[in-house]
This record gives sequence, structure tokens and C-alpha cells, in this order.
Amino acid sequence: MSSVAPSLPPLDITRAPEGGEVGPIQSGWRLAVREFAQNRLAIIGLAILVFFVVFCFIGPLIYHGNVINSNLGATNLPPSAGYPLGTTNQGFDELGLLMTGGQASLEVGFCAAVIGIVIGAIVGAVAGLVGGIIDSILMRVVDVFLSIPILFVVLIIAVRYGASVLGLSVIIGSYFWLVPARLVRGEVLTLRERDFVSAARIAGASRRRLIARHLIPNALGVMIVNVTFNVADAILLVAALGFLGFGLHYPTQDWGDMLSNGISYMQDGYWWLVYPVGACIVIVVMACNLIGDALRDSLDVRLRRR
Amino acid sequence: MTAYLIRRVGTSIVVVIGVSIFVFLLLHIIYPSPAIDVLGVKATPPAIKAWNRANGFDRPWIVQYWSYIVGVLHGNFGHSYKLNQSVAALFNERWARSAYLSGISLLFAILIAVPLGIYQAVKRNTLGDNIVTSLAFVTYAMPVFFLALILISVFALDLHFFSFEASQSTNLLVVMGDWYAMTLPIATLTLISVAAYSRYMRSTAMDALAQDYIKAARAKGLPERLVLWRHLVRNACLPMVTLIGLSIPSLLAGNLITESVFNYQGLGFLFYTSLQNVDYPILLAYTLIGAILTVVGNLVADIALTVADPRIRLA
Repeated sequence: MSSVAPSLPPLDITRAPEGGEVGPIQSGWRLAVREFAQNRLAIIGLAILVFFVVFCFIGPLIYHGNVINSNLGATNLPPSAGYPLGTTNQGFDELGLLMTGGQASLEVGFCAAVIGIVIGAIVGAVAGLVGGIIDSILMRVVDVFLSIPILFVVLIIAVRYGASVLGLSVIIGSYFWLVPARLVRGEVLTLRERDFVSAARIAGASRRRLIARHLIPNALGVMIVNVTFNVADAILLVAALGFLGFGLHYPTQDWGDMLSNGISYMQDGYWWLVYPVGACIVIVVMACNLIGDALRDSLDVRLRRR
Repeated sequence: MTAYLIRRVGTSIVVVIGVSIFVFLLLHIIYPSPAIDVLGVKATPPAIKAWNRANGFDRPWIVQYWSYIVGVLHGNFGHSYKLNQSVAALFNERWARSAYLSGISLLFAILIAVPLGIYQAVKRNTLGDNIVTSLAFVTYAMPVFFLALILISVFALDLHFFSFEASQSTNLLVVMGDWYAMTLPIATLTLISVAAYSRYMRSTAMDALAQDYIKAARAKGLPERLVLWRHLVRNACLPMVTLIGLSIPSLLAGNLITESVFNYQGLGFLFYTSLQNVDYPILLAYTLIGAILTVVGNLVADIALTVADPRIRLA
């Protein structure tokens, strides 16, 4: 080895298979999916989430617990053969309530997150692309609404107008667009200097086409990560709302509502009214967080290798 | 740096004005006039109109907003017609207790999360790190009220170590000394914050550990303890300052829920009872104060970061 001329680092020939052919393409979405699939915790999280979706939406078709008719002859029974998780103070079957309550929680969670990401992506892309005074105004608006504690506003609106699945989704969604707007704007600011955007512009693409076809698809990475964490936050927010007594009411119970009903009986030792519901909330939120963490790791790898 | 500070303060003022407009509009749409609360449910529309005109509630909303803002700047946050007291008086009774609960929890959370995060980063992927990470993860996914319920159920109802209700005393000094009643509320808020902060602290500490100056310090022969203390802690703490500023809204929300669960006579509990009484002036005033606290908190965090981090200051 010459001590004068600098030597190049050895070529990594160990990655090419024996026959000399090139291996599969290690880029883009395939790489992200593969990274995600190799993360065991992420797969567990995904499995938990799928289980709960099936449990809440398909479960009631199979298991017919009594969740509609008050049965005052069977109140506060502990778990037994007829009632796997016991009954509530109105005679409803706790397991059945878990299923139907989960529907409302999951629905609001997903809808709010989706509404948030759609609005946020559009606003962020417009702000990033157009720039100038519109950008400043939009970002100040984002700052203003981010400073207001969301729980307070949601509670006030729920007190005045009552709570429904659609209403809660819209209100929570109208808060969840703020952070994606900032994130997408940041991505767009970097992306718009890239060659493919200039090429599209030269080819005559309108701003709308630029945003829809070029900018947002490339910003999907941060958006997906953010959506996952937003689902978790929305579920916690809805549960808090229900716990304080201002969430959805009969007949659409949700998990927070069930928890609020259950704590009145905690001192009597009726643990089945409190712990299963709480555990469901915690497990679903944990699953979303696991998936979000894994997505962030896998999508960041993809971004780094760009 | 002064140019940056001036710009930052200017932005904050704009944001506060925007927040006040939003809060006032919300109040105006939901609760245009307290006439019904004052005159009673059976008041006739002409009586309501006359009362509105006499008390200035039929002016255009811009004018009402202006007098509201002037009032706020003079310390007048509105009047609760249901409790027949000024909002400011109600807040004055309780703000010290809420500030104590939130402040102590925040302090403990920082004191626990920073060393914990560094420990997790240094002993990465060992058994200790895995246990702490899992516990933090589970706690992070828990709603505040569920954690409070578990703590009450185990420590207050079963083991009788602590009281299930927070201190009801009006004397702040008594409250501060009452560990039997205050431990569980403070523990609830602290654990929730620690879960979030230690997660973040772990990742910033891991980033800092990979930096070259740590390698240089170790290569110099510096004992590990000094490497951690003199180099790692200072650099890993900087992003925490921003995080604490950003976590004020969730601190307020956690405060609201914890005070409700533990029956602690603070601002959060006042908000909760006002929700049940449907007392909008109090609700909106507290929302405004919460938003202002958030903006001020972010401003202080930004300024503190600029002061602490020479890279920003000299850029």
C-alpha cells in the first residue's frame, strides 16, 4: 500500500450476489415497508389495532350482549358465565358495551385525524408554495390556534351544542390540522427547490397540479407519521371528554363515558367497570404510538437515503 | 440577537391579539348576552332587548370586543352572572393553588426526567433501559384520569398511604405542607409529564452521545462521570427547554382533569364546575388566560434557548 497516495475505501462487493446480477431495488416505498415489517413492535402494534377494529365493529354481530335495554334485575353483576365482563349499574353487558363504545372512540379518532391531515396538507402546501404574505398570515393563524388549549375549546363547544360523532370529529379535526400544516410547509419549502418541481413548472403545470401531483405525494412521509400520532391523541381527547361527562351519551356510549360511570362504583370493589375499559384505551393508544414510532424510523431511513 | 428578540416579542403580541379575538368571538356567538341569567328564564324578549341596550350588549361586536380588551388590560375579566362575582375575584382565590400544583409537578418532572433520559441513553438497550422505556411508554399512553384512578385505588383505598382527596384548605402554606393529601395529585401530574419528557430526553441524549465532542472528551481520558456532567447534560438539556414551553397546553389540560378527580379547589376545578353550571364568562376567561400563558411560556422558552445556546445567539 503506497504511503504517499491516498487509497480509496474498498468497494463493497459483498452485497452483490454471486452471479453478478444486481439485487432488488432498495429505495422508495418498498424499503420503507420492509423496514417497517422488520420492526417486531410495529407488527404487534398493527395486529393490536386490527384486532380492536374487528372487535369493535364485527364483534357485536357475533356476540349479542345487551347494550340497549336496561335490565334492572341484573345490575352490577361480577364477571360470570352469562356476562363475561359483568354488568353495569343499568344492567348493560360490559363486554358488549366495550365493543359498541369502541366504535365511537375509534371512529372519532380516525375521522378527526383524517380531517386534520387533509386540511393541514392543503394549507401547508399552499403556504409553502405560494410564500409571501399568504404564508405569513397562514402561519400566524396556525400559531394563534396552537396557543389555545384544545381541551377547553372542545369542552365549551360540547357544553353548548352537545356532542356527536360527526361534531366531535369536525372540532377535533379542526385542531389537528395545525401541526401537519407546519410540517408539510417545511417539506414543501425544501421540495420546491428540487429539479423535478422546476421541470414540472417549465412543462406548464398549474399550481394546483404541482401541489396535488408532485409536492404532497413527496411529503407523505411526515404526514403519515403525524396522522398515526393524531389518532392516538384524538382517542385520548375523546376519552377525557367522556370522562368529564361531556362526551357522547346514551345510546352511543364511548370508553370515556363508561369509565366515568364506573368510578362511582370503585369503592364498592366493582373492578370490572373500570379496569377493562381503561386497559382498552391504553392498549389502543399504545398500539398507535408503536406504529407511529416505527413509521417514523422507517420513513426517516427512506428520506435519509434519498 | 436583539433584532430576533424584538421580532419574537412582536409575533407573540400578534398571536395574543389573535387569540383574544377568537376567544371573544366564541363567547359572543355562544353567549351573546347574559340577559337570561340576570332576568330569569321567563324573561320576555322586549325585556331582554331593553336590558341588552341598557348594558351595552347590542353594540356591534367590534365595539364590544374593544371594551372587553380594555377591561382585560385593567384586570377585569368579565363577570359571572351565575355566581354573582367578578371572574377576576374568583381567579384570585384559586390561582395560587393551581400554580403550586402545576409548578411542583413540572419541577419534579424535570428533576426526574432529565437524569432518567440520560440514564436510558447511556445504558441503551440494557435491561434497565428496556424496563424504563416500557414503563414510560405505557404511562404515556394512559389518560390522565385513568392514572389518577389507579393511584387512588391502590394507594388511597387499598393501602391507605395517602388521602383520596386533595387538600381542601384555603391557606397555601397548609396545602404545601400537607403531604398526606397532596402526594397523589402531584404524583399523577408528575408521572404523566415524566413519561413524555423522558422519551424525548432519551432521544436527544442519544443524539448528543453520538457527537464528536463526547468522543474527544473520552479520548482525553476524562472520567465518564465528568463526560456526562460537563458535556452531555448541558447539550442534551437544550431541546428540553423548547419541549417544556410547548407542553404548557397539556399541563393545563392535565391540571384540569387532576383537580377534578381529586376535588382540589383550583382554577381547573373552577372550570369543571363552570362547565356544569354553564357559566360562559368564566370558561372563556380561563381559556384566554390559558392561551396567554401558552404564548408567554413559548416566548420565555425561546428566549431562554437563545440565551443558553451560543450557536443560536451568534448565528
